[in-house]
Amino acid sequence: MASQQTEGESRDQGERATPDNGHGADLPFAADQGGMAPARARVAKKSFAAKVADLRPSVKLCLGVVIVLTFATMFAEWVAPHDPYQPNLMQRNRPPSAHHLLGTDQVGRDILSRTIYALRTSVGIALIGVFCGTFIGTTLGIAAGLLGGWTDRIISGVIDFFYAVPTILIMLVGISVLGTKTWVLILLISFARWYSTARLVRGQVFSLRELPSVEAAIGLGSTRRRVAVKHILPNLTSIIVVDMTLKAPAILLLESTLSFLGLGVQPPLASLGAMVGAGRDYLISAPLVALSPALVIVTIFVCFQVLGDWVRDVSDVRHSD
Amino acid sequence: MLQFIMRRGLKAFATMFLVLTVVFFFTRLTGNPFERESMMGNLTPEMLQELQAYYGLDKPVWVQYVHYLDGLMRGYAGRSVHRVGQLVTEAYGLALMKTGKLAIWCVPLGLIVGIPLGIVGALRKDRAIGQAAMAAAFVGYAFPNFIVAIGLILIFSFTLGWLPSMGDATAAHYIMPILTLSAAQIASIARSTRSSMLDVLSQDYIRTARGKGMPRRTVTFKHALRNALIPVVTIFGTQVASLLTGSMIVETIFAWPGFGHLLITSVQRRDYAVVQFGVLITAAIVVTSNLLVDIAYSLIDPRIRSEA
Repeated sequence: MASQQTEGESRDQGERATPDNGHGADLPFAADQGGMAPARARVAKKSFAAKVADLRPSVKLCLGVVIVLTFATMFAEWVAPHDPYQPNLMQRNRPPSAHHLLGTDQVGRDILSRTIYALRTSVGIALIGVFCGTFIGTTLGIAAGLLGGWTDRIISGVIDFFYAVPTILIMLVGISVLGTKTWVLILLISFARWYSTARLVRGQVFSLRELPSVEAAIGLGSTRRRVAVKHILPNLTSIIVVDMTLKAPAILLLESTLSFLGLGVQPPLASLGAMVGAGRDYLISAPLVALSPALVIVTIFVCFQVLGDWVRDVSDVRHSD
Repeated sequence: MLQFIMRRGLKAFATMFLVLTVVFFFTRLTGNPFERESMMGNLTPEMLQELQAYYGLDKPVWVQYVHYLDGLMRGYAGRSVHRVGQLVTEAYGLALMKTGKLAIWCVPLGLIVGIPLGIVGALRKDRAIGQAAMAAAFVGYAFPNFIVAIGLILIFSFTLGWLPSMGDATAAHYIMPILTLSAAQIASIARSTRSSMLDVLSQDYIRTARGKGMPRRTVTFKHALRNALIPVVTIFGTQVASLLTGSMIVETIFAWPGFGHLLITSVQRRDYAVVQFGVLITAAIVVTSNLLVDIAYSLIDPRIRSEA
């Protein structure tokens, strides 16, 4: 489950590795850099092709899969062999054939085409979720870390609150209030995981604030906004990128789960979770309706996991999430 | 120590109160639950009035709020709109019993399977068996609940015909929901056991113990495992949360009339009183288990106490 897997990890590692968790000394991103710098410089001299060849096989495979899937979704109109929303009642629940590579669903729509479009919907929503969440989290995290005082106390309180309540619960309340509509899901997903980013960034900002360059900038009379944008933000980029890659599968999973339960993306729009949910009723007559999107979800999830670990290793950011 | 527990307890209580208040006012924002019925012309104004009076919705919001708080103190949490007049507390009492029957199997299963998997994964890190153990854990981690459930149904109910796919009538009905719920638990326990075991195994005192010729088994189980399991305790809090959220999906799929099933169906039907109390229960359970984990952990590792 989405909240379990991600929050489970964060609790486990964050609280265990660092008993003194208060002010972000547990994210030794700045501290670790010294030791790894020579290794990084050596890698940098190689050509791009050599670097790709050097990658672990699992990373290569996952990169390949992600690139293929990205192109499939970007050019869905050309890649998909049929119209994913065109029912054909003469062709219901057909097994795979040359014409319909994965067969057809309960109203005769091409499953392959629908899966491709579903992927586009799901990935699109997940991306919105990742970017919005990161934006909100980073802004609030910097504000809390830089301003301190009451701002920090309030923001930290809200973060703690969100950590205490399972994400899916917040989604459920939102959905029951606003109704089961696609835009509701997108709205809620955008706020889904801002708080983990906020906590991460806040901790980082506390240690970045001590940097000589930042202290000098403040001493020279830079405005707060200038310090935040010019001095703090650039130092946060790598950790934010790692955070985003690790957050993406969790958000994808959240969307799939809610759509599967019928609480997310609404028909006729196809999303991976919604397709699995709809296919549940036709497992005997047309198992591929549910199985093909399920396979895609698992594939993406595994790939992002592998790539997330890889990005974390490459950027040598030790991350608590 | 007592001060630490008090402070954490107070914080937990404040969180609960905040959850209650936020959920209460959010659900009132969107008007009354009979709106659709009355718009469709199924309700006369008099009937609407009467219904609202029955559910206490005719008073100002803050009066309702005070009433709700007052009711909660006395163990009354409103009535369901969908199953007309059913007490919310009664509905959850029945549902939680059903979910408890699953959870009581999942927790030990997670520990009994997860910890050995993690140990093997750490001790035989570079061997086939260790990697197989971690691959198994990765499968449990990478396959979302609902996909595991559907896979199981497809295999055991529809292809082999061994197990029933919905309901809770017989012992056979328990197998697939428990398997599905435990898969994620096993995976996360195995992963965290392995990583903390690896941490501990690389420490100096383990090398010393080995160097002075202690039997391997003593080193592994007495010196390493006991210390490695400390961080695994923290996972327990999230395990409880994951069981609850997992139950929402698993119970929906297997038509198991438990807590998650009740919460999800009432979200779909916008049965606010039920949603509200379900959220409150979930928050209470999660916050309490986190509190217990914090206390347990601070007993084991005193360094935690200074923070907080």
